[in-house]
Amino acid sequence: MRCATGLIRICGVFEMSGAGLLEIEGLTLTVSRIDKEVVSDFSLELAPGEIVGIVGESGSGKSMAARAIMRLEPPAVSRRGGSIRFDGKDVCAMPQRVLRRMRGGDVGMVFQEPLTSLNPSMRIGSQLEEGLKLHRRIAVAERRRLILDMLGRVGLRDPEAALEAYPHEFSGGMRQRIMLASVMLLKPRLLIADEPTTALDAVVQREVLDLMLQLTRTNGTAVLLISHDLPMIARYTNRIVVMRQGRIVEEGATDALLEKPQHSYTRQLLAAMPRRTAKRGIDHSVPPLVEVRDLIVDYGGRKGFLRRDPGKRALRGVSLSIRPREVVAIVGESGSGKTTLGRSIAGLVKPSGGSILYGGHSILPGSEGWPDYRLNCQMIFQDPYSSLDPRIPIGATITEALRHGKALSAAEKHARVIEILGEVGLSAEFAKRYPHELSGGQRQRVAIARALVRKPAFVIADEPVSALDVTVRMQVLDLLTRLQERHGFSCLFISHDLSVVEQIADRVVVMRDGAIVEEGSRDAIFDGPRDSYTRRLLSAIPTLEGNPEGGVRLVERGDCRNVIELPA
Amino acid sequence: MRLPSLNAVLGATIVGLIVGAGLVAMVWTPYDPLKLDFLARLAPPSAHHLLGTDEFGRDVLSRLMRAATTSVWISILTVCASILAGTALGLVTGYMRGWTDRILMMFNDALLAFPGILLALGLLSVVGANMYGIILALGLAYTPLVTRVVRGAVLSLKEKEFIEASRVLGNSESFTMVRHVLPNCIAPLIVLATSMFGWVLLAESALSFLGLGVPPPAPTWGNMLAESRTYISQAAWLGIFPGLCISLALLGINLLGDALRDRLDPHMRGL
Repeated sequence: MRCATGLIRICGVFEMSGAGLLEIEGLTLTVSRIDKEVVSDFSLELAPGEIVGIVGESGSGKSMAARAIMRLEPPAVSRRGGSIRFDGKDVCAMPQRVLRRMRGGDVGMVFQEPLTSLNPSMRIGSQLEEGLKLHRRIAVAERRRLILDMLGRVGLRDPEAALEAYPHEFSGGMRQRIMLASVMLLKPRLLIADEPTTALDAVVQREVLDLMLQLTRTNGTAVLLISHDLPMIARYTNRIVVMRQGRIVEEGATDALLEKPQHSYTRQLLAAMPRRTAKRGIDHSVPPLVEVRDLIVDYGGRKGFLRRDPGKRALRGVSLSIRPREVVAIVGESGSGKTTLGRSIAGLVKPSGGSILYGGHSILPGSEGWPDYRLNCQMIFQDPYSSLDPRIPIGATITEALRHGKALSAAEKHARVIEILGEVGLSAEFAKRYPHELSGGQRQRVAIARALVRKPAFVIADEPVSALDVTVRMQVLDLLTRLQERHGFSCLFISHDLSVVEQIADRVVVMRDGAIVEEGSRDAIFDGPRDSYTRRLLSAIPTLEGNPEGGVRLVERGDCRNVIELPA
Repeated sequence: MRLPSLNAVLGATIVGLIVGAGLVAMVWTPYDPLKLDFLARLAPPSAHHLLGTDEFGRDVLSRLMRAATTSVWISILTVCASILAGTALGLVTGYMRGWTDRILMMFNDALLAFPGILLALGLLSVVGANMYGIILALGLAYTPLVTRVVRGAVLSLKEKEFIEASRVLGNSESFTMVRHVLPNCIAPLIVLATSMFGWVLLAESALSFLGLGVPPPAPTWGNMLAESRTYISQAAWLGIFPGLCISLALLGINLLGDALRDRLDPHMRGL
């Protein structure tokens, strides 16, 4: 089920000569107080209707450069040099009045966080009307008609009702659609989308982006799409700009850039994309290490004085088994119950029904098998910024894991901590450092060290790499794979990111609404998904196929019929 | 390390001076603060009596210094008592949840609803006005606030993944509480304790002013201020200097508190 991309992107040739819509030349931004350049010598030209992507890791200055186009850079940042011209007019010289007319009216912006970019205390209708009132002179009835029309086009089922609703009544994806509607209502000539879908699930992400493209295409709006997600950018843009540490390292037409990356950093970025590894042999004759039978977890059920909330069933009878040395991945959207499953297997959530067996013994807290299980089951958490105690040095954090189980002397403990730090690629001196002195990737290495220092037989990894930058993500993922092979622990790998799963898992379990929809070996799931939901999940993530020159080709997978065809 | 701010320097100097004066007064004062000298009644500030004398000829500077000892000592003990009690309660309620939490917090909120000084007045009329009575009364009056702050901190910390990580390692709840939760509550606690020090000092002075503080003839800033009212037209310095001491002490503590807050806990600026 693979087909080449290109259906979405139009391959039209833009008239680059003459009137560029946006011309940025040599833009340099500095943080005034510490005199640090965050964007250096940034130049970009955008033709009307063109879709350009800016890719870079966090701290590359991509957002700052985009914000500067609307003069929305934070007060601490000042423009050191360069010019920004929108439609031939110098943005930097514009008086506030003209600038305000340009913002929203000519240049629209969609932000990352759909939960905070809409005003929670305003009804959707009046929120959308605000821009029209400000920028267009049209009668009330006409405004209403426009808003209803736009809400219908972004896929709201009942636009009339939505006018009177508040943002909290909608899901994140819906809110981002509404945000998009409010921006596109004014038919801007340039849309800046700063990580517009990073906070959304893969499937929703794709829907929102497809919609964005459709709307901008019909209006002839140029789009500046900013993201750290290279496959996503590659799928939607005509041209890509790669940024690193405030500088543009490479720029080119999407296909050409992917196929023959020139700069080493671009190659590094492309190499950091997860790829499928060779299939490993798992002995299926041995009894499973961990077995979950008909697990049910109910949340809530608050008993108030007068009322009684029914609560929510997070898991509805999930059965699963993990064999020794096997890496089982659980994938699903947020709310599918995958994290709850991991947490209840880790003993952090009390199940309402069903059983969890470890080596054949029940491991409910307090039971006979529990202490042994507690020693042998460890967990790696998602957020490396919250999973380490900020007041305790790294060494002590890891040593703490050695309090239980076999008694060790202080010297033995110390030696073991140094050893495991070495295994995760950190030098011994890290033992004395505090978490805030470490980068996200280093923190996650420490979290892995803490989980593995006791040599557990079973590790639960809950989205261990989703908070990390792409290149760091690859390193941590490689580390995890290497350690898994060396120590041979079984692993339950929870992730929403199918591409990561493809690299690391032996077996994949797809979850939805608290139940398993499909289960099978990695290759079976990725190459021949049977369930329509699995196919939808897969279609949301394009994959990159490597070529010998260090470049890649974008390959769609899953159900290609969903792809929207656009007029070229 | 950043340079200490002006607030920090100024605050620390003032607080240091007052605490220093209180410490010195424990062993030495220019005159005996209780010694009467009827030949030098209501003497204006001079080389002999730097800040003048009161209606009984007692040296005002010596009395102010001795009063500082009392005030600082009462404030420290009160703050320590309420921090200890409040932290224990806050940890328990934040960690237990359920009915324990509800009942304890119900009482806590009821106490919190009273103005501190009113609660202290009521309690003092029961236990009687002496130093330990004041500490008990003010301590009880300010404990609910500490409980609230600690409970809030515990509730937000409990959601952090490092607390779960500790549970996954097999650590007991009490170990996790002492090792991971408590140390992370310390920053807000220090900030709170500093502010409380000022509030307690003011409350203690107010109680003394109302005649419910440490009984005379022991000097306190509050009772000195109260006594000075009779002589305000003849001997203004009797009122000015105790008043100045109270204002300066509060200013110093608040400056120091603000500086500590900026340093330790930028999220608590609204407190």
